[in-house]
Amino acid sequence: MTSQPMVADQETRTPTPSAWWARLPWLRIGIVLAAVVAAIVLAYLRSGSTVVVTQAVVTGILIGGVYGLVAMGLTLIFGVLDIVNFAHGSFLAIALFLSYYLVAGMGMHPYLALLIVLPAMFLLGALVQRFVLAGAMGKPLENQLLITLGISLVIENSLLLFFGANPRSVSLPGDQGVAILGAVAELSRILAFVGALVLAGLLFLLLRRTSLGTAIRAVAANDAGAQMVGIDTRWIYMLTFAIGTACAGAAGVLVAPLVTIEPVTGALFNIIAFVVVVLGGMGNVVGALLGGLVVGLAEQLGALLLPGQSPLLVVFIVFVLVLLLRPQGLFGRSGS
Amino acid sequence: MLEVKGLSAGYHHLQILHELDLEVHEGEIVALVGANGAGKTTTLKTLSGLVRPTAGSITFGGDQAVGVRPSELVARGLVQVPEGRALFGPLTVEENLRMGLWTRRKEARASADLEEVFELFPILLERRKQLAETLSGGQQQMLAIGRALMTRPKLLMLDEPSTGLSPKLTWTVLDAVKTIRDRGVAVLLVEQNAAQALNLADRAYVLESGSIVLSGTGKELATDERVRKAYLGL
Ligand SMILES: Nc1ncnc2c1ncn2[C@@H]1O[C@H](COP(=O)(O)OP(=O)(O)OP(=O)(O)O)[C@@H](O)[C@H]1O
Ligand SMILES: [Mg+2]
Repeated sequence: MTSQPMVADQETRTPTPSAWWARLPWLRIGIVLAAVVAAIVLAYLRSGSTVVVTQAVVTGILIGGVYGLVAMGLTLIFGVLDIVNFAHGSFLAIALFLSYYLVAGMGMHPYLALLIVLPAMFLLGALVQRFVLAGAMGKPLENQLLITLGISLVIENSLLLFFGANPRSVSLPGDQGVAILGAVAELSRILAFVGALVLAGLLFLLLRRTSLGTAIRAVAANDAGAQMVGIDTRWIYMLTFAIGTACAGAAGVLVAPLVTIEPVTGALFNIIAFVVVVLGGMGNVVGALLGGLVVGLAEQLGALLLPGQSPLLVVFIVFVLVLLLRPQGLFGRSGS
Repeated sequence: MLEVKGLSAGYHHLQILHELDLEVHEGEIVALVGANGAGKTTTLKTLSGLVRPTAGSITFGGDQAVGVRPSELVARGLVQVPEGRALFGPLTVEENLRMGLWTRRKEARASADLEEVFELFPILLERRKQLAETLSGGQQQMLAIGRALMTRPKLLMLDEPSTGLSPKLTWTVLDAVKTIRDRGVAVLLVEQNAAQALNLADRAYVLESGSIVLSGTGKELATDERVRKAYLGL
């Protein structure tokens, strides 16, 4: 055993700051904030009413948190399994109908449904990964695309078969408008936002603070390396897909009182989640949450800027602009 | 400890390895040298369970190792530092090292192991909060070896650890290999750069087009005419 220091390594590079928050792209976050402020000002000029704009901002942020949670699940799955999961929105739709069934059929409180839907969606995700997707791991993108599209078709049509095409709804007992920051928001919308942030925070802590979470990030970073430290990557793939699906499931329960429940509702969330994931940087979990807020705001402010158009139009304009200027997404790592 | 008999393997019907016989005993450094494309990496991948052999047997510590999952082989103590290092770039140095504890995560004595690695490679202690991808090549190699040591290997297989390193750093890494052996870990060292590997090794094999063409003690091979001509450029 040599006791003297063995390494006198000259080839050093600039050390990166140690804390994770110091590594966040603060400059870009600043630019995004500036863009949001500009959009708010524009919306004000256009509508001429502070109340309307404040309302749009509050609604946008509240729904944006939920978009963030949905997208976190999708981006996690992409980052770890390298699978572009087109069935993500369909899993959310399953959760919507499960909620509906538990609330309308069994008389359960809409948020208590979380206790059943969350584990159920986790399990469903695990089973789908293990028995349907495991065979497609490492296969060309087209294969995965067809398989996940196939899963979403099967889910949508099964929902149609079981529940029919009639729109359903879930209502929260005692739901009413609450004054918040000069605007009014339904209690259910505020609680959806809070719930989404809490779950997003828990997911973040899982990934950052536990050895299981570190293993998930390790597999995302280098799956060959993960195998070489004895991580059974198959198991991590299954678990990650289950967690990602549970995110969609939780979001489904949280938004159930806010949306019309139809088999196609999932498709809408699917599109939004994909936009958010790309904006936030593929595989970037924190970026997904921030991207969710951006998309929520874009959707609501967009309705003011281009009245009469689909709210998704402005979302797509933002999406295309960001992709042109910064293909790796707003918060993605710059290509090195 | 490791016994390989008649091992053949390849990729998609393309046979690369032809009936290899190879052994590593406890406390040994064994070198596997050979030219570019000779099949050294394929050999290690097969031993690690990443490539399935088409024929032959591998036993490790007396147990059958063919058809065992790579992660299970690591748990049994057969650990590889692969070509390209396979570090977790966006994770910190310390997180990379702690991942090496994965198979033993229910045990309690993790920090002691961490101290041992830092003792071997003090630079990693200095950089412990830095992201792995920001390290220099030499530091990355040390991190890769350190991470593998955290798994408590019985046999450590190193695939060209000196690639891309300055002569000085190569010396540092190879010196660490000796220290590791002295701590009771057998080492299978794959090198294209045969001179240093042969000098370091107790025994060595020469691989050519997927077959072992020579074997002997490190000293014997280092002075062998054929080896000197083909691999040492003398
Ligand atoms: N994944 C793969 N699929 C098909 N052929 C491969 C694959 N990996 C390696 N080969 C082929 O197998 C042969 C042996 O490669 P291998 O990487 O084992 O050689 P090596 O001795 O490690 O070489 P080097 O010194 O360059 O690392 C080469 O002809 C290579 O082209
Ligand atoms: Mg090689």
